[in-house]
Amino acid sequence: MTLRTLLAGCACILVLAVSVRPASAHGFVGKRFFPATLVIDDPFVADELSLPTVSYIKTPDGKETDFEFEFSKRITANFGVSVNETLIRLIAPGQTPRTGFGNLEMGGKYQFILSEVHETILSLGLDAEIGGTGRKAVGADSFSTFTPALFYGKGFGDLPEPVSFLRPLAVTGVLGVALPTKAKSVTVTDDDSEIERHPHVLQWGFAIEYSIPYLQSVVKDVGLPAPFNRMIPVIELSFQTPLDRGQGGKTTGTVNPGIIWAGQFFQIGLEAIIPINDRSGKNVGVIGQLHFFLDDLFPKIFGRPLFGGGA
Amino acid sequence: MKSVSTAVVTLAILLAGTTVAGAHAFLERADPRVGSTVRTPPAQVRLWFTEPLEPAFSSVQVVNETGQRVDKGDPHVDPATPRLLRISLQPLAPGTYKVIWRVLSVDAHVTEGDFTFRVTR
Repeated sequence: MTLRTLLAGCACILVLAVSVRPASAHGFVGKRFFPATLVIDDPFVADELSLPTVSYIKTPDGKETDFEFEFSKRITANFGVSVNETLIRLIAPGQTPRTGFGNLEMGGKYQFILSEVHETILSLGLDAEIGGTGRKAVGADSFSTFTPALFYGKGFGDLPEPVSFLRPLAVTGVLGVALPTKAKSVTVTDDDSEIERHPHVLQWGFAIEYSIPYLQSVVKDVGLPAPFNRMIPVIELSFQTPLDRGQGGKTTGTVNPGIIWAGQFFQIGLEAIIPINDRSGKNVGVIGQLHFFLDDLFPKIFGRPLFGGGA
Repeated sequence: MKSVSTAVVTLAILLAGTTVAGAHAFLERADPRVGSTVRTPPAQVRLWFTEPLEPAFSSVQVVNETGQRVDKGDPHVDPATPRLLRISLQPLAPGTYKVIWRVLSVDAHVTEGDFTFRVTR
């Protein structure tokens, strides 16, 4: 890398950093409101609480029910942190039901591009699953996994007039790589040993949503009454593709169609969990979420970032 | 499981005891309606929001297809209905008009938006 290339790169980063505008709390870019999606992490930093996110699915290993909690807090207008914990209940055929917490997860996210005109947002994030903080019997790993990721969001409000009915469409997504801190685990029994490999995993997915509120307040008031006027049909697609260690290319994932209803202080979401192949499962599950907008509920406590102000 | 239930109930009680205020102001409805076509030129544009507005920091303007303002420059929040923002219009010729608004709800959250309506003969 030449000095000129390095300087050009620094200049680009500086221009991007200077051009960042403070975000207006949860999910807003200009006139677009993006709801918090249930499966794919959205690109926003926000003061929010998901309590609970409940999912149920039957797999070849048994029935799994998860109760998840996530709290997010803005530190500055464009940087936020989150903490996530999941209580897992497994019922495997012929075994005693097992209940326990998964590993604690913590994350940080920085919004580095925000274009109100083009309803576009880009963020970088780092998620850390802290190994050994959960119960091994419910699948919690003894090692940590770090996942750097790029998050994006784009509303289609800038589409031309002839296709104005598509303007309520928006997409959000994520592209990241899960980096386990341990390459393999060896389990030794009386007369044998079993090796489990932990590959690097490409984590990718996106959500496509059609906002009825956007349709009625920006494009055309078609007269839909409550509660339909606050509904956002959504389909989320979430995939995991191992990259190495003997499992390369064996993608798993789910397609999750559903509905989000976004109110003034909270939103409710309900989606189906449909495995994309046999490796991902054979049964359809369900996921539901109650999600609070803390900055609206408690503006004196959560209405602003810890530093730097901004609404 | 019992400890989780206790934690949830405790959190709910704590949250319930904390100050609760307003939220982001979404456009609930408008007159003329968003994306509508009207035969009689309206004398004003009225916007109803989901939250009470801060009059000093809430505004609206109306422009024609060339970007010229066609309102009378008197945007104001209705004193009797703090969720209603209105602005008077000059006599409108047939054409397409854009309403551009930006409001501050009473809890200091800014929202903005725009929409068009058409006037025909």
